[in-house]
Amino acid sequence: MSALAPVLEALTILIAEDSAADLLLLSTIVRRQGHQVLTASNGAQAVEVFTRERPQLVLMDALMPVMDGFEAARRIKQLAGEELVPIIFLTSLRESEALAQCLDAGGDDFLPKPYNQLILAAKINAMDRLRRLQATVLQQRDLIAKHHDYLLHEQRVAKAVFDKVAHSGCINAAPNIRYLQSPYALFNGDLLLAAYTPSGDMHVLLGDFTGHGLPAAVGAMPLAEVFYGMTAKGYGLAQTLREMNAKLKRILPVDMFCCATLLCLSTQRRVVEVWNGGMPDGYVHEVATGKRTSLQSRHLPLGVLSAQAFDDRTEVWPMALGDRVFLLSDGVLDTADANDQLFGAERLQQVFAANREPNRLFEDIEQALAAFRGEVRDDVSMVEITLQDGQALRATGPLYADSGQSCPLDWSVSFEFRAETLKRYNPLPYLLQLLLEIHGLREQSGALYSVMAELYSNALEHGVLGLDSRLKRDAQGFAEYYRQRNDRLAQLNTGFVRVHVEVVPTPSGGKMSLRLEDSGPGFDVEQVLARPLDIDRLSGRGLSLVRQLSSDVRWADGGRSVCVEFCWVGLA
Amino acid sequence: MSVVSEISEDRKKLTILIKGRFDFSSHQCFREAYERIDSRPDAIVVDLKETTYLDSSALGMLLLLRDHAGGDGADVRVVNSNSDVRKILAISNFDKLFDIS
Repeated sequence: MSALAPVLEALTILIAEDSAADLLLLSTIVRRQGHQVLTASNGAQAVEVFTRERPQLVLMDALMPVMDGFEAARRIKQLAGEELVPIIFLTSLRESEALAQCLDAGGDDFLPKPYNQLILAAKINAMDRLRRLQATVLQQRDLIAKHHDYLLHEQRVAKAVFDKVAHSGCINAAPNIRYLQSPYALFNGDLLLAAYTPSGDMHVLLGDFTGHGLPAAVGAMPLAEVFYGMTAKGYGLAQTLREMNAKLKRILPVDMFCCATLLCLSTQRRVVEVWNGGMPDGYVHEVATGKRTSLQSRHLPLGVLSAQAFDDRTEVWPMALGDRVFLLSDGVLDTADANDQLFGAERLQQVFAANREPNRLFEDIEQALAAFRGEVRDDVSMVEITLQDGQALRATGPLYADSGQSCPLDWSVSFEFRAETLKRYNPLPYLLQLLLEIHGLREQSGALYSVMAELYSNALEHGVLGLDSRLKRDAQGFAEYYRQRNDRLAQLNTGFVRVHVEVVPTPSGGKMSLRLEDSGPGFDVEQVLARPLDIDRLSGRGLSLVRQLSSDVRWADGGRSVCVEFCWVGLA
Repeated sequence: MSVVSEISEDRKKLTILIKGRFDFSSHQCFREAYERIDSRPDAIVVDLKETTYLDSSALGMLLLLRDHAGGDGADVRVVNSNSDVRKILAISNFDKLFDIS
């Protein structure tokens, strides 16, 4: 037996043969080779034994009564499914056609009669190798499929967790936002966030992390938390950006960063404030004139520079009601057609230029991309925000139901913010948090913040910095106004804004007086108040807003001091 | 894609030449190009004259190089970029970190 090829592993082999003598002979040979033998004397029996015992290999006579070997082979292959059960035909047939028929029926090889023991052993071993190979492939395929399912499951869970964080804002609720984003864009590093500030302005962030998959998604979580936390507390873009940058710089590896555009869209002030670090141009689209203003990348992406070197300067552009802001990720411009041509900024401009119906612009871009490529890539993010009227001022945070028993109702406090502070610090979020300790004011937090923000920026810009609001009468002057504001603030070394808060209980609830004083030259209160209210003018909107939202507004000291009151009734 | 590095005779200047696409597939070679050398060159030049394309992971690799070369004090120049590559560098405002020509 030493001449026989060594048996790797004992197999269970089914032998189907109608001649009892041949069956006995073959069984003996195969057993001697170390395998276990099952026998059948026709095709039908062979199928039955196979079904019952699942042997690993079959030796099959071609011509048998009841059911021949060809039919039996077909059935056994069907029963075996994906598993490879090699079938070796035993045949005295000699014609090529008959031999080919054996293989066509699903046979893997044939062995001519009379049997040669050496060849038989070698063929059984060769078939066994194939069988194992197939088994390994199937096993690995199943393993990969399992891992893939697991990964998808993890992504789904991660996305569900992330959606709770990322979509806690107003991206899906705001009527003036439209966006296009693949459901798994998160794992492409794209991030889209939107939320209201306490005064009803809207902050929007479109970000794009370097890299793909989990690392990008992981960086998105802290970014979203900073965005929502600081927006809700009333922080402006500059502070929010600084915090985001510092956080990403701290947690991301050196070669990871986040390109981002951050917007503040204000219906009350009819402006959009923009910071773009590393994203493709966004656009402000003036519906009345068709004019587009590019919102260009002026900064390094978030997470690259140290806190000292970070540049939080923003640009401010005027907007009319109905005007739109478009932001897009580089997936839009990098969409390639069949010839690897990129869609590019020019084709996008052509879509803008060809558009006649502003409400259809978003669809126009989508269609142009689809027509260009045939399908939309999964890392395309696009958002359109329309400046709309009537965004209600909203209360921040939960309204506690402890009927206000523990809240402070009789106190006063004064602050003086001097030049060095005015340059770099926005005291409004802190003041708002302080005032919201008074439960009765929480329902009015939106109005309160709006009024505080207007009075503070009046005190700073017109008072301390001496800027003339009439500059803002057209778009050009508007840009000039904000340029001067940045310059004068940077050079400021004297001046102050004082804030006095006085809270007293009243028989029905309480009253809060807020007084702001500035070091500026003051203004002719009567003359300014006598100007007609013109809400579509770019300047002078602030004061009318203040008069609408607070119960009493009084100026003193030649316009250098202004006092407003907010009252509330006790929570029963 | 291939990365070729060359150190000047006085060992003060390292030049890294990137051919073809500069993307994540160059990660290993690019790192080796500056980590392998034993001396610390005063200046590093990244020559992009044969670079056809550059993606955001390449920007990340440039940041790694800058960090390796000493961060804010590093002298890293990016030279000979074609117009497409320069556009990508410009959008990211990398000229604020690197001497780009």
